[in-house]
Amino acid sequence: MAPRLPDPGPPGISARLIELGEALREEGVAVGTSELLDAFAALEEVPWSQPEDFREALAATLAKSPDDRRVFELVFERFFFRATEAAAVRAGIKEGAAGGQVGGDSDGEGQQAGDIDLDALRQQIAEAIRDGAESAMRDLARLAIAAFGRQGTGSGVIGVDVQRIRRQLGLRSEPQPDLPPEDPRHDGLPRDELRRFEQLLRRELERGQIERTEQLPASRPLNELDRALPSGPLQDLAAVHRVVAQLRRRLATQGMEARGRKRHAHVDVRRTMRASLQTGGVPVELRFRPRRPRRPEIFVLCDVSTSVTSASVFFLSVLHALHDTFRKMRSFVFIERISEVTDVFERERDFAAVSDAISRDAGVADISGYTDYGRVWNEFRDAVADELHPRATVIVLGDARTNGRDPRAEVFGQIASLAGRTFWLNPEPRLYWNYGDSVIAAYEQYCQAFECWTTQQLEDFVKALTKPMTGV
Amino acid sequence: MAATPTSVDQVREGLQSVGYLPGESTALVSYLATRLGKPVLVEGPAGVGKTELAKALARYLDRTLVRLQCYEGLDEAKALYEWNYRKQLLRIQAEAADTGWDRVQDDIFGEEFLLERPLMTAIASPEPVVLLIDEIDKTDQEFEAMLLEVLSDFQISIPELGPVAAKTTPVVLLTSNNSRELTEALKRRCLYLWLDYPPVEQELAIVRLHTPELSEQVARKLVEVVHMVRELDLKKPPSIAESIDWARALLLLGADDIDADLFKETMSVIVKHRTDLDIVAERVGVRLGPGPPSGVGSKAA
Repeated sequence: MAPRLPDPGPPGISARLIELGEALREEGVAVGTSELLDAFAALEEVPWSQPEDFREALAATLAKSPDDRRVFELVFERFFFRATEAAAVRAGIKEGAAGGQVGGDSDGEGQQAGDIDLDALRQQIAEAIRDGAESAMRDLARLAIAAFGRQGTGSGVIGVDVQRIRRQLGLRSEPQPDLPPEDPRHDGLPRDELRRFEQLLRRELERGQIERTEQLPASRPLNELDRALPSGPLQDLAAVHRVVAQLRRRLATQGMEARGRKRHAHVDVRRTMRASLQTGGVPVELRFRPRRPRRPEIFVLCDVSTSVTSASVFFLSVLHALHDTFRKMRSFVFIERISEVTDVFERERDFAAVSDAISRDAGVADISGYTDYGRVWNEFRDAVADELHPRATVIVLGDARTNGRDPRAEVFGQIASLAGRTFWLNPEPRLYWNYGDSVIAAYEQYCQAFECWTTQQLEDFVKALTKPMTGV
Repeated sequence: MAATPTSVDQVREGLQSVGYLPGESTALVSYLATRLGKPVLVEGPAGVGKTELAKALARYLDRTLVRLQCYEGLDEAKALYEWNYRKQLLRIQAEAADTGWDRVQDDIFGEEFLLERPLMTAIASPEPVVLLIDEIDKTDQEFEAMLLEVLSDFQISIPELGPVAAKTTPVVLLTSNNSRELTEALKRRCLYLWLDYPPVEQELAIVRLHTPELSEQVARKLVEVVHMVRELDLKKPPSIAESIDWARALLLLGADDIDADLFKETMSVIVKHRTDLDIVAERVGVRLGPGPPSGVGSKAA
């Protein structure tokens, strides 16, 4: 259907929306002209006076995946907040001058804070948070800033101020049994509402700052997805799962894409016969059976010595989360000896629990706790040599630092010749390879080596791993 | 048949009147879909009522629901149309030998020999319909590409007959369980609706709607427990449909409270993986006091 051009509406709204589109694009949301046209069309149908409807109509037309939606919420909030504030700065409007009770300006704040009964305020705020009363929370956030905010000057860092105010208000999500039972804080406060209150505090503090300095702070880009791999075993579990979920979706897409080309595998007799009816029963056009994505058998060997342990466990978690992509998967960890951990991953789904189980009962370190590659290759060869065949894939994750021991690259070479493909993932940047006790060059002649220290690199590798085979 | 709705509130009330409790964005996007005539892509975890939304819309708008269930390997012969080649062959054989080639050719590529599949049915229907393309993420990208013409222009090109355009604009819903990323081209043509598990109050209303006999107190506790279970890291978190099943089960058992023992016996209604069962028993079971109810609701951790 033909997109309609928007009525001019209140002056400048079209321009604002296009700017919003720009801001979304900067954060990596694919907003095309057609999306913007849809947004305009949608806005003709909903009343603008309802902030919820306005926002949802834009979200439905501009943000088309859960990730995009998350970014959209952040950008939307920031964009319109900044737009209003910028307009206020231009017009020289100050809340203090308009008779508002709290502003960023410090005069008058002193005696106001004196007027407020601090305990009653704590109580009121806790009640508002418990009930999730949005507008009450906003008003009380301003009061709280007036009361506790800038005694002296404030730290100048908004995040620090927010936490300081929250502590002074005694707001916690855990129950506080020493308070009287009628106090809402006695049973703890709902976490989401608490976070919302912190957001409001932050917003009000920012507003104050903008008023004082009369300019907007530089906007920070939101994108933190292409960051380094989780560096500690206690890193945010949700982040790990988010990466895995994204990876799984991309893989599912990617398998299909690669299937479209080079479909010269097998003639599909049934479909060829059916197609031949159009040409009077003569099979002029051959129909082929679609290629199935490759489901490799993989053997994973991960170094779990302290230098690379988090990268290894992370990598193993990713592979196991993707286990249905593979026909068969066995995983081993090693330091001085190897130990099979396939079961651990099938049993445990918690990233932290897995690291725990591995460090506790894998029994891979004998004496020194230093990696002994030579011994590891021997043990690995003894354990799986019978199962290796040309369609199996061996993946090693390690920094190839032998601590001065014999690398025994010829044993590794034997393993690599038994397996169809052999990959080495090195969690060190390529710059450090072959410096010090790193002997990756000795192994690289038998396998393909990748550097792997960001989620992007990891993703590229997993893609390569599951790509449909060209031969066979 | 019901007229096209003229406001978001009408859609919300209409959906409620046919037994579907929409969230804020659900009502709004449904309204936009009827107004703008654009397809809606509904994504979300399994069992949050994506398919149910389509059914409810069909009931509310008083339209026929045409459903295309997608699966791997679905092709245009099963989704759009197919020539009824058996009938065509019979026709050719029945022709007298001296009929000219041109006449036979004209004959056998007529509408009489066309087998309509769901998309074609939806397009050709004289009455407006609700078209549900279920689990679009199960198909391959070639199929998505084929859908583009249907979704943006509401027409299907048949080489022998020329394009068949829609007589009326259907309301189209595509659902996806998010198991793979859909193509940009498809998304571009759709409005987007992300359906997530509803907040406690809304889910309570849904459960109460389906099992009005269950006491409010038990229903509330049930929903709170289900929410607690969803916060755990499970392979398959319980869906709304499973909350309702559980409510029905409790109703049959005549339960007047959910305690640890009852939970242990009936949790297989909402949790269906062996490993998940262990986790849930360990984390949630112990929180429900044995015997009489322990205080009000339990807090989410």
